[in-house]
Amino acid sequence: MSLRNCRIVKVLEVSPVGQSNSAGDFFELKLEYPDWDGWKPGQFVMIRPTNWELDMLWGRPFSICSADGTSLTLFIQSVGRGTSRIAKLVPGDEVTVWGPLGNNLAVEPDTPTLLLAGGIGIAPFCGYVEQHSAPENLKLFLAHRLPLECYPYEALCGKVDGQSMIDRKPEDLKAIIATLKDLIREYAEQDGLILCCGPTPFMKTVQTFANEFGARAQVSLENRMACGVGACLGCVTKDGEGHHVQVCTRGPVFWTDKVEL
Amino acid sequence: MDMNVSLNGLELKNPVMTASGTFGFGLEFAPYGDLEQLGGLVAKGISLKPREGNPMPRIAETPCGMLNAIGIQNPGVEDFVTKALPALKNRDVAVLANLYACDAEEFGELAAVLADEDGIAALEVNVSCPNVKEGGIAFGQDPAQITRVTEAVKKKAPGKHVMVKLSPNVTDIAVCAKAAAEGGADSLSLINTLSGMAVDVRKRAPRIANVIAGLSGPAIKPVALRCVYQAVQAVDIPVVGMGGIASAEDALEFILVGAHAVQVGTANFLRPDFAFGLAKEMESLLKSIGATSLEEFRGSLQLPL
Repeated sequence: MSLRNCRIVKVLEVSPVGQSNSAGDFFELKLEYPDWDGWKPGQFVMIRPTNWELDMLWGRPFSICSADGTSLTLFIQSVGRGTSRIAKLVPGDEVTVWGPLGNNLAVEPDTPTLLLAGGIGIAPFCGYVEQHSAPENLKLFLAHRLPLECYPYEALCGKVDGQSMIDRKPEDLKAIIATLKDLIREYAEQDGLILCCGPTPFMKTVQTFANEFGARAQVSLENRMACGVGACLGCVTKDGEGHHVQVCTRGPVFWTDKVEL
Repeated sequence: MDMNVSLNGLELKNPVMTASGTFGFGLEFAPYGDLEQLGGLVAKGISLKPREGNPMPRIAETPCGMLNAIGIQNPGVEDFVTKALPALKNRDVAVLANLYACDAEEFGELAAVLADEDGIAALEVNVSCPNVKEGGIAFGQDPAQITRVTEAVKKKAPGKHVMVKLSPNVTDIAVCAKAAAEGGADSLSLINTLSGMAVDVRKRAPRIANVIAGLSGPAIKPVALRCVYQAVQAVDIPVVGMGGIASAEDALEFILVGAHAVQVGTANFLRPDFAFGLAKEMESLLKSIGATSLEEFRGSLQLPL
């Protein structure tokens, strides 16, 4: 066992999530457990199927959804060349996995905590909810473009208070922004904790309101990465002082007043 | 098999080094293997003053390769000496500092800061970075400048082994290799990245903010092999080969054309433990193909009559 390692593990299961989405758009990837000592929600892994050989040189970063000692589960949306090839993996295929990487989302069991997810940004909250000792203090808000069953939303709502809004038409977006504003104000007033993961415009909106209301909020960034270990400097973002810092090692989680989105 | 390599006074316990810019300051990779399994470790390029590097996006994946335009983001030499270096000292691995500056004088100043650092086994002089607007590649394309920069570094750090890292973005690599040797280089390393570009037809935009970037990875290996082969013919000092090495066999190809040692770069991104086992794999492969020693195998390329 080690704190962090690099292992070749086998794919146990690849299962599509959601009924109405086209095959493979959203899927759950279950891998053999890479023999970690532990991990924390908000951390991520790099995975690279060995059958990629010399094409597509980089691994791909994914939030850890759950890891229970026998398997490691990731929730993935197929969006590009890498993720679509990962969607085609079958049980028994080999994948190089390195992790757990990065820092973690803040956990304050007794504090009212608001989880703000934009689409696939729901992924890190799967592990967060699972490991939280007082899920009654958690509220999940999901803004989504595709049908709700594409996301692991229902499963989480069994454990926490959930709210979802679809983003299809221009007026939907306005309503989502208004809701975000109300929620963030509410949590700021009770000195709650806000955690956010989603597309950059979504996180920027959250950051703006968090700063406006003085809310304690974190965002989890999903920048493109080559190495995942702090070496390539390809994933950097600017910290509160305008300096480039690696998202993979200094993040992926940042307090909203200490990052430029 | 004896895998020791003597690079004109720089002793390595095996021919595998990690290439600058792909291995951080080394410790980033310590969770994945024993740094002492490496022959050498070339640290991320450093400059006299801290540099923020280029704007994002800085990297793009390409067929069997990648483009990067990081722009030598680094904390500056002082920070390197006080923070990164102490953590690397007392490990049985040769640590090479990689130097970047805008002119010969600044290269000299930078070398002077490192001249007496006993934790540094050698200085690798980057006369070839394609990703910074104010210099880099300009030196790498001008033989007279290569000589001048090499002389400046050698003069300010007379006790240090000086390895000059050459650019492939030149008409005749042999001329550049000779220019570095003439300036007093103890060894050469090559190749740095090939100048390249990637664009997005939907956004009608470059994929890298700097527009032009450096191509690395297996895609460039044939170019790298050719350059190393030509450099070896051109000079008497040892040559360290790199460019697209992703297996022990790739590494031995560079030895076969005459390189004394190799550096592994982009392959460190395929998996963070890639470099650690490579020397052992090279040794096994050498045995299995009937080579009697690394020395005997080096440069033993049989040319057609």
